[in-house]
Amino acid sequence: MRILAIDSSAQVASAAILSDEAVLAEYSVDYRKTHSQTLLPMIDEVLRMTETSKEEIAAIAVAAGPGSFTGLRIGAATVKGLAMVWNVPVVPVSTIAGLACNLAGTEDLVCPLMDARRGQVYTGVYGFEGSTIVEYMKDACVTIDPLIEKVNSLGRKITFVGDALAVFRSKIESSVTVPYSFAPIHLAKQRAASVGWLGLQLLAEGRTVSAEKFVPTYLRISQAEREREERLEGK
Amino acid sequence: MKGTYILAIESSCDETAAAVVRNGREVLSNIISSQIALHTLYGGVVPEIASRKHIEKINPVITEALAKANMTLDEIDAIAVTYGPGLVGSLLVGVAEAKAIAYAAGKPLIGVHHIEGHVSANYISHPELEPPFLCLVVSGGHTHIVMVEDYGTYRIIGRTHDDAAGEAYDKIARAIGLGYPGGPKVDALAKQGDSEAIAFPRAHIEDCPYDFSFSGLKSAVLNYINIEKMRLRDAAKDALRTDGSAKIDPAELVRHGVPTGGDAEGTEACPETFSDGTTKADLAASFQAAVVDVLVTRTIAAAKAEGVSTVAIAGGVASNSALRNRMREVGEANGMRVLYPEPILCTDNAAMIGAAAYYEYLRGNVADLTLNAVPGLKLGER
Repeated sequence: MRILAIDSSAQVASAAILSDEAVLAEYSVDYRKTHSQTLLPMIDEVLRMTETSKEEIAAIAVAAGPGSFTGLRIGAATVKGLAMVWNVPVVPVSTIAGLACNLAGTEDLVCPLMDARRGQVYTGVYGFEGSTIVEYMKDACVTIDPLIEKVNSLGRKITFVGDALAVFRSKIESSVTVPYSFAPIHLAKQRAASVGWLGLQLLAEGRTVSAEKFVPTYLRISQAEREREERLEGK
Repeated sequence: MKGTYILAIESSCDETAAAVVRNGREVLSNIISSQIALHTLYGGVVPEIASRKHIEKINPVITEALAKANMTLDEIDAIAVTYGPGLVGSLLVGVAEAKAIAYAAGKPLIGVHHIEGHVSANYISHPELEPPFLCLVVSGGHTHIVMVEDYGTYRIIGRTHDDAAGEAYDKIARAIGLGYPGGPKVDALAKQGDSEAIAFPRAHIEDCPYDFSFSGLKSAVLNYINIEKMRLRDAAKDALRTDGSAKIDPAELVRHGVPTGGDAEGTEACPETFSDGTTKADLAASFQAAVVDVLVTRTIAAAKAEGVSTVAIAGGVASNSALRNRMREVGEANGMRVLYPEPILCTDNAAMIGAAAYYEYLRGNVADLTLNAVPGLKLGER
């Protein structure tokens, strides 16, 4: 049994093939956002390199969000098309949990940070008990200050990962009071192997959805909806 | 039944659509999931909301299109998808989905130009139609006179310099409080009005006899409304100013039914009747007559210049009754055959994409896995 895993939630595009025992192939590109053109050829590449036939694929694990709205939808539409034809279930994996799984097994807490623009981050806090991931703070779209407050209140050593490190590094250095570190560059960004590793566990627990039902988890409403709500509340 | 079966997908704006078309002419299924009700709240299409809806609807729509055609994916010969022009976020959903389906099912993929799709809707409604013919493409985003020289070979003869015809309709509909989408609502109201009541301008563009401009017309209509609103406001203020004070509570104006401005839903108050005796319906009819007049006279003039005897209309505005009637009347008076698709094929749909794709398929124009959405795709470009 094999699974295909993908992540197209941010600048990184990543596709991987995993079996129960191994990451058979992983292809990641962190160079310009051209997921619409690159993602499917990357999927084709990992399938061909591992001689994976469609009969061997048990499920598709996908970084379901949060992240770039367009990036998430390119991934989602690709997965919905593949899963419909192959007739396999979709395993939605939190993009934030997926990032945390880059450090699976660590005794520290892990805090992924994805740049959500407008001074906000998509984030969450996770830890590991052996190879089981444990949620310490639900995925959310928040400003950095309440997040740092939360991190400090947890009182444990923590490692930050994610593409918003560049934006918030100095803020973290000046405000975080617990011991902390930053993930090294090869573990700092989205990796389909991590999505697949967590996806295999979720698949075993039966946490799948159909190709038809799967939609991204945005964690943020559209600007037009927000402005409309503000206008209606202002009345 | 032998033939070429194409599964087509369209998601360029606010309709999620899929269809199965045989030999480019015969529609086996044509499923459209419209988002109009959702966008009405905002007075127009909100791209992010449209994209989110496409992701929810695309698989059910495709499944339904196959089921309605009583076919499985195995029996399909090719997958077609609109890759431009349109809203990039909306296009990307259809393109990514179509690529994945074509890849997983091992079928050829065909990228289709949205406007070529609209033109090709005429092949479905008129199975005997063959190029060459002239086509007026009118929608919320496009106003083009196109010479269809052969299947897949297009030459643009005229285009708008500012607003698309459908865009002008939407703006006027909003100004007179009809809301979105404007075309059908203005068309319905215009039927109760006098199209000669108000003389709105018909813009001519120097050295471009087949081009259009609707911004002057739009301004003229808006001015007509605003002058009346000011007149009403002044009169109401005079009437209310009985105690000699200069200040008037705005709530007082609202209580007396005086138009004030826009509301939160993007529609505006507009007087029902004007002090020169005209009505809102007259205004709609006169505006529509001005639009239809330039569309028809320029299209027929272009057809004469090109020496073609068949004129087609396509796009969302092609379902406008005044445009259809006038084009037929003037065309036939000039010895031309005038064609247009049935209304369900004028709106954005995937059957028209399947029709256009068939001729691409015949010529071997197949896309690869790198096909991308091109929001500003030009006609005839690939």
